[in-house]
Amino acid sequence: MEFAFTDEQHMIAETARAYFVENATSARTREAMAGDGIDRALWQGYCQELGFSGIAIPEDRGGSGLGLVELAIIAEAAGSQVAALPMLGSIVQAAQAIAAGGSEAQRSAWIAGLLSGETIAAFVEDAGFRESEGRLTGASRFVTHGGSAEVLVVSNGRRAWIVRADTPGVSVDVPTSMDQTRPLASVRLDGAVGDQLADPAAALASSYRASLVAVAAEALGGAQECLDRTVAYSKERVQFGRPIGSFQAYKHRLADMMIEIEQARSAVYWAACAVDEGSPDADLALHAAKAFCTDTFFRCAGDMIQLHGGIGFTWEHDAHLFFKRARSLQTMLGDGNWHRERIATMILGEAA
Amino acid sequence: MKLGFSVDDELFRQECADWLNGQMAGEFKDIKGVTKLTGSPERRKEWEQQLAAHRWSCIGWPEKWGGRNATLAQQVIFAEEYARAGVPGRVNHIGIELAGPTILTFGTDEQKQRFLPGIAAGKTIFCQGFSEPNAGSDLASVRTKARLEDGEWVVNGQKIWTSLAHISDWIFVVTRTEEGSQGPKGLTFLMMPVDQEGIEIRGIRQINGDAEFNETFFTDARCPADSLIGAVGDGWKIAMGLLSFERGVSTLGQQMGFRYELDEIVAAAKANGAARDPLIRQRIAKAEIGLRLMRYGALRMLSNTDHSRMDGAALTYKIQWASWRRSLGELAMDVLGQAGEISDHPDYEWDTLPNLFLFSRADTIYGGTNQIQRNLIAERGLGLPREPRWTA
Repeated sequence: MEFAFTDEQHMIAETARAYFVENATSARTREAMAGDGIDRALWQGYCQELGFSGIAIPEDRGGSGLGLVELAIIAEAAGSQVAALPMLGSIVQAAQAIAAGGSEAQRSAWIAGLLSGETIAAFVEDAGFRESEGRLTGASRFVTHGGSAEVLVVSNGRRAWIVRADTPGVSVDVPTSMDQTRPLASVRLDGAVGDQLADPAAALASSYRASLVAVAAEALGGAQECLDRTVAYSKERVQFGRPIGSFQAYKHRLADMMIEIEQARSAVYWAACAVDEGSPDADLALHAAKAFCTDTFFRCAGDMIQLHGGIGFTWEHDAHLFFKRARSLQTMLGDGNWHRERIATMILGEAA
Repeated sequence: MKLGFSVDDELFRQECADWLNGQMAGEFKDIKGVTKLTGSPERRKEWEQQLAAHRWSCIGWPEKWGGRNATLAQQVIFAEEYARAGVPGRVNHIGIELAGPTILTFGTDEQKQRFLPGIAAGKTIFCQGFSEPNAGSDLASVRTKARLEDGEWVVNGQKIWTSLAHISDWIFVVTRTEEGSQGPKGLTFLMMPVDQEGIEIRGIRQINGDAEFNETFFTDARCPADSLIGAVGDGWKIAMGLLSFERGVSTLGQQMGFRYELDEIVAAAKANGAARDPLIRQRIAKAEIGLRLMRYGALRMLSNTDHSRMDGAALTYKIQWASWRRSLGELAMDVLGQAGEISDHPDYEWDTLPNLFLFSRADTIYGGTNQIQRNLIAERGLGLPREPRWTA
């Protein structure tokens, strides 16, 4: 038992943090927001120069090894700068699913391109997808970065398929998304040809677990950044002749943010370790981390706006980027109430 | 980063569990499950001595002083198994967790010889004389005076909230030894025998009807000149050092107690149908999450040996558990409904859950109120401007 980063983990954290702070700047993120929500140069640099994109995918499956703890470290760093990247859909969900449940042919066809960033994938999930003679029909309205994907991993929760986005029968619509750093697309399949993943159970379990850890970690990074930026502002902004951070009403609210964030940090790394170590608590930990961390992020982002006063409500200030990302993380992959009800069921049995 | 325990650690866990369960099924059966701090004090003193006789009393201490030099993982395991076996809390918690480490860190060799064997053996029970009627959150405002007279310290004044003073042998007291000094200057840390004419102890009845806390009056109370830890005037430094020991491994044992309380709430909710209420289900799930996060926060805090980094887990721990437990008390009452508001016991005595509801109002006050905790977090954790205070 040693619930602290190793030297290597510290190094990954510092490298990732430095990369996103330097490159995922507000100006670049806003440029991406005006387009399809992807900073392509940032993504290329992340996949090719930093070389972290294969983390949490075993080496014999085309990845670079390591586990969810390291994935969480990276997602935390990316989340802290609200980086406009297809990391969640393309790597954490799609590549993870193909790596864990794809045949050798499927893996060699896709993994290298996804990890190098040359190909972008999206993960499309809806219980209503039906297959008939290798053709898929169904739709999902909330596919992250679905408008930018060249390939889709489609799941109905029981089986999963790889579908090329340019296959006949695939149509993609991109409405306006509240969070422009991770726009949602509506994907409709109407008899589109799909290549079924060889081991869907492994594919879906693996991508589900990785995505909950990544979302929770991203929320942790975002929440911490909301706190850090608000603390910095509170030391500069003077009213009534003193820095506003010297007022107790203000300080206590920042302290409350920190109390929640420290718990969120425990939650993320508990869940990541529990999955990596095959603990019987892994499912409980994942539900706890998703619910707790995304709620914490939303609260901190809301407080960031409030504690900045009027400037926090402007488009120019970055507070809204955090606030909108927090809202989208809260809802995706099941909201807090849903995950807590899963935990309640573990403790109390099914609700009558 | 790793959460699992090694094979050796799991063997150690088995050894702890076997011994503790054996004791609770045998000679000390009568005190199994005693949760009230004031329950069966004499038997629990015997239990302290039984622990010591088998070298389980303070396993983290050096072997020389009756410990086992136990690793962090072993201390974590022992604390968890101790609570899991239904063993009552340590009557000498203050001696083992606070006085002992303070003497180990700041005491002279002679003081170590004099006090540590007795503490380790469960024969020297300590209590803490810090707070006063006019020095609560503002601890540095203590007024209890001490002066040297004929080779003895003579102490006059009053302490309050001295837990378990009525069953203790020794008390450590923060006293003002420099006439006219203010705040943290001019204070001295003294160790005094409780059983003497100059010390009078009066119980304070609390909102749950129990009397765990006391007022302690000093009227020309005495102790030898060499009873001070550190030098004259070092009292504040020693007192702060002592408080830093409070976030040790024992917090994990405390969490196991919280686990029992939550389990009782779950059982009650299943029995009376509250478990079907979606809002109650959400709150029970939140309580479960909070308890787990407390455990992993504690493990982070204990695993952090790099003290150059600000330890956010340690800094936020007190307010986290205190607020969690106060909410747990409210959840307990909401699950029980009006049945929680009546007791079958005479003398205003309460079962675990109603007692939790009442007692947990103290959790967010003692050991630094939630408001003081927020000040500390803001100042030490976030580097915000300091509140007005005494300058050291």
